[in-house]
Amino acid sequence: MIGLLAAGEWLKPTLDWHALAPEIVLAAGICVVLLLDTVLLERAKPVVSAVTGLFFLAAVVPLLTLATGDDTARSLFGGAYVIDRSALLLKALFIVSAYVTVLLSTNYVAEGEYWESEYYTLLLSSTLGMTVMASSRDLITIFIALELLSIPAYMMAAWRKRDTRSNEAGLKYFLMGVFATAVLLYGMSLLYGYTGSTVLAAIGEKLSATSSSPAVTLGILFVIIGFGFKVSAVPFHTWAPDTYEGAPTPVTAFLAVSSKAAGFVALINVVFYCFVAQANAADVYVPVMFVLSAASMTVGNLIALRQTNIVRMLAYSGIAHAGFILAPFAVADNRLTDALPSIVVYLVIYAAMNLGAFAVVIAAARKTRSAEIDSMNGMLSWAPGLTVIMSIFLASLIGIPPIGGWYAKFGVWRSVLSAGTGWGYALGVLIAVNTAIGAAYYLKIARAMWFEEPNDGDTSPVDVPVSLRSALAITVVATLVFGVLPGLLTDAASVPLALGH
Amino acid sequence: MNTFLNDWGLALITFLPLVGAAVMLAIPKGEEQLHKLVALVASSATLAVGVWLLAKFNYDRAGVMQFEIDRKWIELIHSRFTMGIDGIALPLVILTVVVVPLVVVYSWNHIPNPGNPKAFLMLILVLETGMIGSFTAHDLILFFVFFEVVLLPMYFMIGVWGGEERQYASIKFFLYTLFGSALMIVAFLALYWLSGATSFNMTELRGAARVPGALSHTAQVLIFGGMFVGFGIKVPMFPFHTWLPDAHTQAPTQGSVILAAVLLKLGTYGFVRIAIGIMPNYAAQKWAPVIAILATVGIIYGALGCLAQTDMKRLIAFSSVAHMGFVMLGIATLTDYGINAAVFGMVAHGLITGMLFFVAGSMKERYHTLEIKRLGGLLVSAPRLGWILGFCSMASLGLPGLAGFWGEFPAILAAYNPAEGLSKALFRTCMVIAALGTVLAAGYLLWLFQRTAFGTPTEEFEDDPHIHDVTTPEWIAWIPLLVGIVVFGFLPGLMFDVTNPAVKVIAAAAGTIGG
Repeated sequence: MIGLLAAGEWLKPTLDWHALAPEIVLAAGICVVLLLDTVLLERAKPVVSAVTGLFFLAAVVPLLTLATGDDTARSLFGGAYVIDRSALLLKALFIVSAYVTVLLSTNYVAEGEYWESEYYTLLLSSTLGMTVMASSRDLITIFIALELLSIPAYMMAAWRKRDTRSNEAGLKYFLMGVFATAVLLYGMSLLYGYTGSTVLAAIGEKLSATSSSPAVTLGILFVIIGFGFKVSAVPFHTWAPDTYEGAPTPVTAFLAVSSKAAGFVALINVVFYCFVAQANAADVYVPVMFVLSAASMTVGNLIALRQTNIVRMLAYSGIAHAGFILAPFAVADNRLTDALPSIVVYLVIYAAMNLGAFAVVIAAARKTRSAEIDSMNGMLSWAPGLTVIMSIFLASLIGIPPIGGWYAKFGVWRSVLSAGTGWGYALGVLIAVNTAIGAAYYLKIARAMWFEEPNDGDTSPVDVPVSLRSALAITVVATLVFGVLPGLLTDAASVPLALGH
Repeated sequence: MNTFLNDWGLALITFLPLVGAAVMLAIPKGEEQLHKLVALVASSATLAVGVWLLAKFNYDRAGVMQFEIDRKWIELIHSRFTMGIDGIALPLVILTVVVVPLVVVYSWNHIPNPGNPKAFLMLILVLETGMIGSFTAHDLILFFVFFEVVLLPMYFMIGVWGGEERQYASIKFFLYTLFGSALMIVAFLALYWLSGATSFNMTELRGAARVPGALSHTAQVLIFGGMFVGFGIKVPMFPFHTWLPDAHTQAPTQGSVILAAVLLKLGTYGFVRIAIGIMPNYAAQKWAPVIAILATVGIIYGALGCLAQTDMKRLIAFSSVAHMGFVMLGIATLTDYGINAAVFGMVAHGLITGMLFFVAGSMKERYHTLEIKRLGGLLVSAPRLGWILGFCSMASLGLPGLAGFWGEFPAILAAYNPAEGLSKALFRTCMVIAALGTVLAAGYLLWLFQRTAFGTPTEEFEDDPHIHDVTTPEWIAWIPLLVGIVVFGFLPGLMFDVTNPAVKVIAAAAGTIGG
């Protein structure tokens, strides 16, 4: 909106209520959950999670009506807020992931005697920020979305307030997050100062019209670094393992999937709708993305090899996956039509398989009270169903066809190799090597579950509540279906990119 | 019915085992006999479809793809669900559908520790789907998917039901193969983009890759290199073979049989169908000497390795390295003569080595050890088993009149006269060394037979009541393989007539026709 002001005229924005309906539903959800808590007090506890879940489901309805309606992009606020097919797909990703997070949290939060209504309010707020992010095509909107999604997450990470590890997790996440935001904001101010606009498309046009300058270079660099923290790309990843380990596990799942995806969506917005075709921007972001991608996948994988705690391992594996997702950015300048869908598809499949893996960890921890890998020893004998499901997720994370993850990885390969450049081939081979390294540690979990004897011969079954069962069902079905019939996803993700320009 | 077979036959044969596995998933774990029955019915039904395909296959047109299926799959990446079989794929599909039911029969009273036939047999059925799919797929991406499907079941089979060192062996198998196939898919994609093809259909890719100037020479060599690593690990070729002795030795009998009989052929099949079948001559000609040298090294190395083994199963595993060396040597000549021999060699090795692993498994079950120096006198304590071992050893060393001969001998001969453009001196040297390899093969196999079967039983096993002769499930599982070894030994034309037209298409594309 600053962009409009800068243009010198003020127009009353026309609101497209239909296009904004998902966000409105979520905002209504925040109010209702807060009110329930104030009015019903203790009696609100048993219902808040269900109410939150219902609001997430309700928010899917306008997404569907928007998706089945006409295919033209809806642009609001002078191009600062765009609802197109890829935005809808990403919103659906955020909302469904949040719904699964609710399912993961229900028993965890209730049985842990944590604050409940506040937890779900924050979850709704953070998700609202993410859905806003999916549509943001303007620096200010992006910044607001980022803060809206991050600040609740800082608090949620520290939700186990009597546990110093959780406090550490929250504090570390907060300090690193705030630092990253500062860097990001500085970068944005440089871009705005140089181009005189906050709307991404306008910035892109200005960038292409002028020659390169150190201010632009720094601006682009700082913006990418700012989001680099959010997506935990090496070398900005150091907060992730500690935060993931210390935070309540459902929150970790939320951070590892939704929050990370939101960071990538922000990167998509700035790279694909602003920097992408501008030669002097590409000179900056292509090498930076290459380095971030190569470093993330390699370092993440190598450190993951040494982990004994599943959550920490998944944190490092998440860093490696961030490397894979960053790879298409490094070839975005000349293969834009392949790069964007491959990133979006990866985010969706990664969400399904990673949430699923966390769901199994949470379910198993109900019996073992531990997230160490050897606590899963002999799971085949005490929880055969969970073992098979976890194996499916692990196979998917490795990238073995025909389970979801293979197609995600394949899409990345396809787009980096399509570029036909030395950078592209180098990344392709590096991903291949990292796939094999990744398999080594994912299979550690499989080995514990399948090959080892149960600890102390304890084969008592684990009790998996209905909400966790639903979460497992949703994620495992999504993981399998996207693997066998990826066409379902690619059709939704392949959007003409001219929309932002 | 014919239209049904034409439209759906290959999809049916590929997914029937998977349907069986799905049915088993629904049956509670305790119903062990029912699980065995379902697995047997599913794999037999698959065999029946295989026989049906065999009967309806048009042998006059064995050089072209038959029973083709072409359906929409992933439109965005231009990959379609395309299947088809020709004279090269048909024998391998039949080999697969024959071996799997036999393995299931053998499992009737040989479920290895820690039991759980449900999971064990389900994995075998999933494996079968992956193997058949790899041979029937005619789209590179579809091929890749099936090629990878076999990884996890085999990993679990070795890791759960394997021997002492199973964890090490299973992860080694998995990581090697995964690394290879990851490089392979990079090569596939590079081929697709650089050739400018509009789909991953193998026939179309061949056409696109061979348009003059479509691929630079460097690109060709590098892409072939990626495929070489992927398929070479699976075969396995020297120096990528180190996973094989561990995997074979540690795998349960059924796993070893499937691994030897079918899984290794995915690699050689990939070489024939994809690396040589699709890539332009230049790449094949540049790599052929490398393949020939490594194949020959593999023959000698495998044979020497055999001579050094003290464990019978490990010895058979090393002999696989040597035998696959002959297959690769045949392929490396790029002639129709050599590739025919290679395809024959794949099937023959599948029958013979599969049998040897069956026998080794049965001996392990009786003796609880396969340490050669502790065995002996098998012909006294279990004469029929002993003679079967002798028969298979003869077949494996390439005795004329048995199937093994027709895989090795023509492959060696083919090296005398490789395709135009390849160095005759090099290939003839390889030929001489490979011929020496057959002598070594005779040496280690006869030595094995002599030490385990001749003489009198060692004191340890003299009056052991566990050492009994061949049981009924064993007979049922083994007779078809033994008959196959004899039939193809006497009538090799049965297979050469099927493979030849299809091989001619590949060889014509790869270089020259004629030995």
